[in-house]
Amino acid sequence: MTSIISPTSKEKFALAAETAAVSRGYWTTVWTRLVRDPVSVGCAVVLLLMVLIAVFAPLLAPYDPSQGTMLKRLSPIGTEGHWLGTDELGRDMLSRLMHGGQMSLMMGLLPVFIAFAIGTSLGLIAGFFGGWINSLIMRTTDVFFAFPAVLLAIAISGALGAGFVNAIISLTLVFIPPIARVAESVTTSVRNLDFVEAARASGAGNFTIIRVHVLGNVLGPVFIYATSLVSVCMILAAGLSFLGLGVRPPTPEWGLMLNTLRQSIYIQPWISVLPGLMIFITSLCFNLLSDGLRSAMDIKR
Amino acid sequence: MFVFIIRRFLYAIPIALAVAAVCFSLVHLAPGDPLTAIIPADAPAEVVIAIQQAYGMDRPLLVQFGSWIQRALQGDLGVSVATGRPVMGDIALALSNTLLLAFAAALLGFLGGILLGALAAIYNGTWIDKLATALAITGVSIPHYWLGLLLVIIFSVHLDWLPSMGAGPGGSSDWRLDWAHLRHLVLPAVTMCFIPMGIVTRTVRATVSEILNSEFVTALYARGLRGRRIAVHVAKNAAPTVLSVMGLQFGYLLGGSILVETVFSWPGTGYLLNTAIFQRDIPLLQGIILVLAMFFVGLNLLVDVLQTLMDPRIKRG
Repeated sequence: MTSIISPTSKEKFALAAETAAVSRGYWTTVWTRLVRDPVSVGCAVVLLLMVLIAVFAPLLAPYDPSQGTMLKRLSPIGTEGHWLGTDELGRDMLSRLMHGGQMSLMMGLLPVFIAFAIGTSLGLIAGFFGGWINSLIMRTTDVFFAFPAVLLAIAISGALGAGFVNAIISLTLVFIPPIARVAESVTTSVRNLDFVEAARASGAGNFTIIRVHVLGNVLGPVFIYATSLVSVCMILAAGLSFLGLGVRPPTPEWGLMLNTLRQSIYIQPWISVLPGLMIFITSLCFNLLSDGLRSAMDIKR
Repeated sequence: MFVFIIRRFLYAIPIALAVAAVCFSLVHLAPGDPLTAIIPADAPAEVVIAIQQAYGMDRPLLVQFGSWIQRALQGDLGVSVATGRPVMGDIALALSNTLLLAFAAALLGFLGGILLGALAAIYNGTWIDKLATALAITGVSIPHYWLGLLLVIIFSVHLDWLPSMGAGPGGSSDWRLDWAHLRHLVLPAVTMCFIPMGIVTRTVRATVSEILNSEFVTALYARGLRGRRIAVHVAKNAAPTVLSVMGLQFGYLLGGSILVETVFSWPGTGYLLNTAIFQRDIPLLQGIILVLAMFFVGLNLLVDVLQTLMDPRIKRG
């Protein structure tokens, strides 16, 4: 899919970590710059709304997402009582889209979150200790870079078989290597700063140095890098469901809905467009927000 | 430099081996016995053992891996569990279709991306820049399988201009350069070109605007150079970065085409992979992943070597 890691981004994140480590008000400045950017704020609002609608879908949705009336199959958009029409089994589209957000957002966020935890730990260890530990961890991630991300996710999912948990596992495995790579380069640049040397000179052990002096400076930049992966993950996760490798019917999920409604494009084309539109809007907002974060981070020293 | 190129070639060998190991282990990721697809549930124990021996599944893992590699090097990727045919033939045919699609999409995406990115960098901050940036971010945010569906609805269902399925009239899979076949290529190629276009636009814009702001360009202007002669210098300096991104993107097109191929029933590796997954045809799955991943490894190698040849300043440790 997209190039997960660009050649320049590694240095950029490392630079940000160094800046942050030296100047105290860095993250405050980044935050101020971010909330002044109308696009970022707009996207944050849209995403917050999506999350709220998904969480409170059982209260907000006008119909049960899994109950349909056979007589009302594929009603067009604007039908009375069904504002966004009904699907191929006569289920209310609006209710299904609302409930679908739960699974789709979770499948977009959870793998990146788990990969963030594992990848950062691996990157920290590799970057801090260097030597053969670094080689062992980083050469292993190199192997995963030898596969295009989509292919790797589909291959693992395909071998494990369909299902929610398997999809989460395969997506997590795809995102660990790029996060580990960024965390490693950020850690390496922080490790060489003077205050780490000072801490070591005053007798701090490795664990203390990592916990007190390194971790805080590594988490921020890596987190921001991880946010840029959420949109890729949303698209990939919905893609797995679209292929029938994600959640199973009748669970409402945008990718799966897109798959089942595909058969109906000659009858009600615009209804089958709706779930994909939701995926598109969500991933666009995540992308714009992450871009906003990046440019807010890009403060000239 | 030649030392670097040789070292890079040598480094590709362990990577290729590790990639093969990952592909090989896919069989053992699969739940249950990899042979469940062909062994009937009520088969007596001695039949099961006989089948396992026939497929070599009774030997130690490392031995199985060794002989698998050995046969793969000779172009034998095993026999499909579902059809009983050698996997290699099917993959080769599918690969040619996927390559065709990837080339078409890459051509559209790279040309569009270079054009948009260069315009955005030259007219930095104007509406042209904003439009190009917006197009680029749309390109990377859009789920391409959905875009494909959208294009089918517009150009096949409503307008009835272009076919929505297959690679040629009547589902033919042998490709020829005529309008009847070309028509089938349009929609999938356009669908797939959006992601590389977005990424290339962003890369070209960032690289070119950085170069335009550098001192040597000011010096060129000071010497009285204008327009096209400056463009030559900028292009030379931007080429290595842009080339490496394009190489990666081409690899992603090869590996990432599965969703688009499924939407358009394009008879390529992605479509075949989809079939393999749902028939639980593990040898076929393994073979496709191996071939595509090896293509990707080779492509990365090629890009690195070309980049070094083009830009002798790159120092490799």
